[in-house]
Formats: sequence, C-alpha cells, structure tokens
Amino acid sequence: MADKVLMKGNEAIAESAIIAGCRHYFGYPITPQTEIAAYMAKRMPKIGGTFLQAESEIAAINMVYGVSSAGYRVMTSSSSPGISLKGEGLSYMAGSDLPALVVNVQRGGPGLGGIQPSQSDYFQATKGGAHGDFKMIVLAPSSVQEMAALTVKGFELADKYRMTAMILADGTMGQMMEPVELDFEVKPSPEKPWATNGTKMQRTHNIVNSLSLVPEELERLNFERFERYAIVERDEVMYEEYLMDDAEICIAAFGIAARVAKNAIVKAREKGIKVGMIRPITLWPFPKAPFKKAAEQVKHIISVELSMGQMIEDVKLASECKVPVTLCNRAGGMIPTPEQVLAHIEDIYSGGAK
Amino acid sequence: MLQGKRITLLCGHYGSGKTNVALNLAYRLSEQEKKVAIADLDIVNPYFRTKDSSNILGEKGIRLICSEYANTNVDIPALPQDMYVITEDKSLDIIIDVGGDDRGALALGRIKQAIIDENNFNMLMVINCFRPLTQTPEDTIEVMAEIEAACGIKFTGLVNNSNLGNDTTANDILKSLNYANEISRITGLPVVLTAFNESLESEVKDKVPNPFPLKLQEKIF
Repeated sequence: MADKVLMKGNEAIAESAIIAGCRHYFGYPITPQTEIAAYMAKRMPKIGGTFLQAESEIAAINMVYGVSSAGYRVMTSSSSPGISLKGEGLSYMAGSDLPALVVNVQRGGPGLGGIQPSQSDYFQATKGGAHGDFKMIVLAPSSVQEMAALTVKGFELADKYRMTAMILADGTMGQMMEPVELDFEVKPSPEKPWATNGTKMQRTHNIVNSLSLVPEELERLNFERFERYAIVERDEVMYEEYLMDDAEICIAAFGIAARVAKNAIVKAREKGIKVGMIRPITLWPFPKAPFKKAAEQVKHIISVELSMGQMIEDVKLASECKVPVTLCNRAGGMIPTPEQVLAHIEDIYSGGAK
Repeated sequence: MLQGKRITLLCGHYGSGKTNVALNLAYRLSEQEKKVAIADLDIVNPYFRTKDSSNILGEKGIRLICSEYANTNVDIPALPQDMYVITEDKSLDIIIDVGGDDRGALALGRIKQAIIDENNFNMLMVINCFRPLTQTPEDTIEVMAEIEAACGIKFTGLVNNSNLGNDTTANDILKSLNYANEISRITGLPVVLTAFNESLESEVKDKVPNPFPLKLQEKIF
C-alpha cells in the first residue's frame, strides 16, 4: 500500500467523505461529478455503507434530509443544474438546522449549459441559493489534496454549526489527477441531542421540521440562526495569501482560477511587476479583512473568475471601493490562460498601477 | 517494442494513464517512417482527451480518429464516425486508446471480431499501483478480467505506468516493479513497457524492464 495515491478530485472527495465517517451517499449522475457517485457505488457496499442512486436530484437531497435528521453524517453531490434542483431541499435543511455535505462540481450555464468547467454558481452558493434567509458554509478547494482536506473539514463544520457545508469545485478540479495523502485526523461527530433516532422511552420525542406558522416564533428562529452565522463569520474564515507582502497589484481568485493566476503572477514577477494574490478558501464566510487590508496597500485588484463576474462584488464590498477592481474572466466552460491574466496585469501596470 | 503488430490496444482502469502512453507510442511509431493513426475510443470521459494534442499530432502527420464530440459540451457516449478505418485500412499502424474500465472497453465490441480475425494486435493493460482502486495485484487483475469480459479480447501484455503525477520519483517507479512483476507472474503476461516521465530517464532507464520515457502534455494550471 503506497503512502500517496494518484486521485481524481472527484475520487478524493468520495474517499475523504468515507474517512470522515460518511456512510450514506445519495445522488444522481451528472457530468462532471459522476466519478463521486461511481466511486461511492464501488466502495460503500464494501464498508457497510449505503450508496443509493435516487430517481432525481430532488429525491437525493430529501434522502440526505432524512439521514441527517437521524443524526448521521451524509452527503450528496451534483453539478450546476442538479444543484438548482436540490435548492428546495437545501432551504428546508437550513430551516430545520440540519448538517450535511453537498458537493457542486460546477459546469457552464445558465440552463442546461455545457459540461466544461465554470465558477458561475458563486452567487447561488454564497448568497443562499434558494428561498428564505439562510447561508451555507462554502469551501473552494484549489488542489486535489485540498478537495480531500476540505471534505473532512466540511463535515466537521456542518456538524458544529448545524449547517449545510458545500464544496464548490469545478469540472477541471473534479477531473484532474494529483497525488494525495489521506491521513486525516477526523473529529468524531458530536452529540446530536436533537436527532430523531429513537427515544428509547427515555426522553420526549424530537421533531425536525422547517414549518413554523407563528410569525413571532419564525422571526425568533431566524434571529437565532443568524447569531450562529455571525460566529461562523468570526471564527471560520479561511484564505491563502501569496506574495502579498510587497504587492502593488492584488489578484483575487479561488479554485482553478487561482492556479492559473499563480502562473501569471510568477511570470509578472519575472518582469518586475509586483503582483500578489488573496485566494479565498471559504467563499462564505468571505475573507473580508485581508481584502480590506490589501486595499490600503495595493493600487488595483483584479478578480480572475470563470464567470461573468460574481465574486468581484464581494471583493468590491470587502475593499470598500478604495481601489479599482477589474474583472479578468472567461465564461461558458472556458478557462482563462496565464497569458490572458498576465496581459491584464500588464495593462493595469502600464496604465498607472506603477 | 510492439513486435511489429499493426494494432495496439491500450486498456486500463480509468486514470491509469492510457492516453499519455498511447500518444507516446504514436509519436515513436511516426519517427519510424510509418503511416500512423491514433484512435480515441473513450466513450466515458469528456475531459482530458487525445484531442487535446491534436496540434502536435498534426505536426507529426499522425491521423487522429476521434469522436467529433470529444472536448465539447455534447455529453453522449459517441464513437468516431471513421472508426472502421481501424480494421479496413491495413496500411496504417494504429494505437487505440480505449476508455476506462469495463464500461470503456465495451466500445470495442463493434470491431472486436475484425481485430481477432486479422490477428495482428497487441492488447495491453496499462497499470498504475498508485491509483486507489488498483493498488494491489489482485484488484488490478480483477479489473483486467472485467475488461476482457466486456470487450471479448484477451490481454497480451502489460504496460507498467505507475506514477504519482508530477510528484513521481525514480524510487516510486522502482517500488512499482514488484507490483508489475507479481501481476505478470499471476497472469503469465509480459511487462512490455515500463513508462515514466522522460525527466526521470537517466535515473531509471537501466533499472527497469523495457524502459519507455514519456513526453507529457503541458498543463496551464
């Protein structure tokens, strides 16, 4: 048995979920995340777990609701259009304060769109993604190793805050292969006194439900939930800074875009242009503080995205519009090249970021 | 290297590195002044396809036989419209990149009989001990049996392509030799190639059977 293994991002998510104690997977196949389901189909029966291909994404998310209600670690995965279908279930789970891990390996949209990679579900993931006031913890891996680590972390955060954690990856991250080490310390699932796992005639029965017909009561639940969200925003922000110490231009990018941007930064530095990067790892909670600080230091921020510009809004808010923020993007399944990002950097540099 | 066989089929667990081995075999054949074609019969995976290398194949005069939907948004298990060239045009030396696992190998069904009748082929299993579901000889042999059952063609040899992507060291390749030998011993099939990134050539060339340095596709991220 080798210490390191060579895995696809999708496989790393699946195996790490198993390591995190997840024994229940429900899903419906959709490119480019199908390897997660395929891997679970092979592995779950061998370890006494449940792999179930549901009749639809909607069915799958409601199975997740059920297993989570019973207190077990549970997950589903899909790609963009499938996540839209899960929207109702995600809202119901938020309204019932149920933990779970949901994986979105994004593809180009809107609509049925295509099957090539994209980051255009950023709004959907970070701003709620369905009806009602709620948030999900959104984790954006940028390597196969990080896909593995954030899967474990996602289960832990979901349990800790009774929230849905979402891995927001993209088709390239899901399909690319890299060496990984899967030796994680996993925090066991905490006590779940709210779970509907049988009273054993020793307690009153629990109810897991998102229906609340008394507005005063529903308002109170919303206020309480947002107090919990405030703790997540205070304690759980994750980001990586790259060459920011002397940077005059800052790149904001996550996931696959951050990898492309890193190559462009290396090339720009070779030309003497001081560029750095802030890479959000949690997209919600968004790393506001480092961007606020960067806005005091750099002359310009470039948001590199595989979308028509979504994270750029959070970057502008966090930097309080103190410096110009411009977009360098591709959309619809296309990936920006390091050359495109470098050209954007050089444009900004020659235009006055010097 | 391929004992003059006209057709070389490359099968394996998905992610074992079939495409990179296939491309490099095609490059090598084209250097021998042969009329070479590479056929991408992957009906499973729409990402990271032979088509990514269409420019370099064109430069080397290697014909690419692949579904016109590869690398597009059309998510259907399509075969190339010109796949019959494989068995009809006997002036070509052909490398066939078969899709992963037994499901990928199903695509061979249509041309299987013609390949067997012509009886001028290698059927090679690409193996990688660093892939999680084929880490042991036993698991790998199970996948081989599934592939043979799906396509109806028996393996004639093994390609040891054990690697950890960019992190692969010479030691990793040397460590994989036992694994490859054990599969060879149990199945009775020879290790016809030991593949590795060309950057490791000086370190491993003299220590592995039938060394085969690979030129890998460049990554932009």
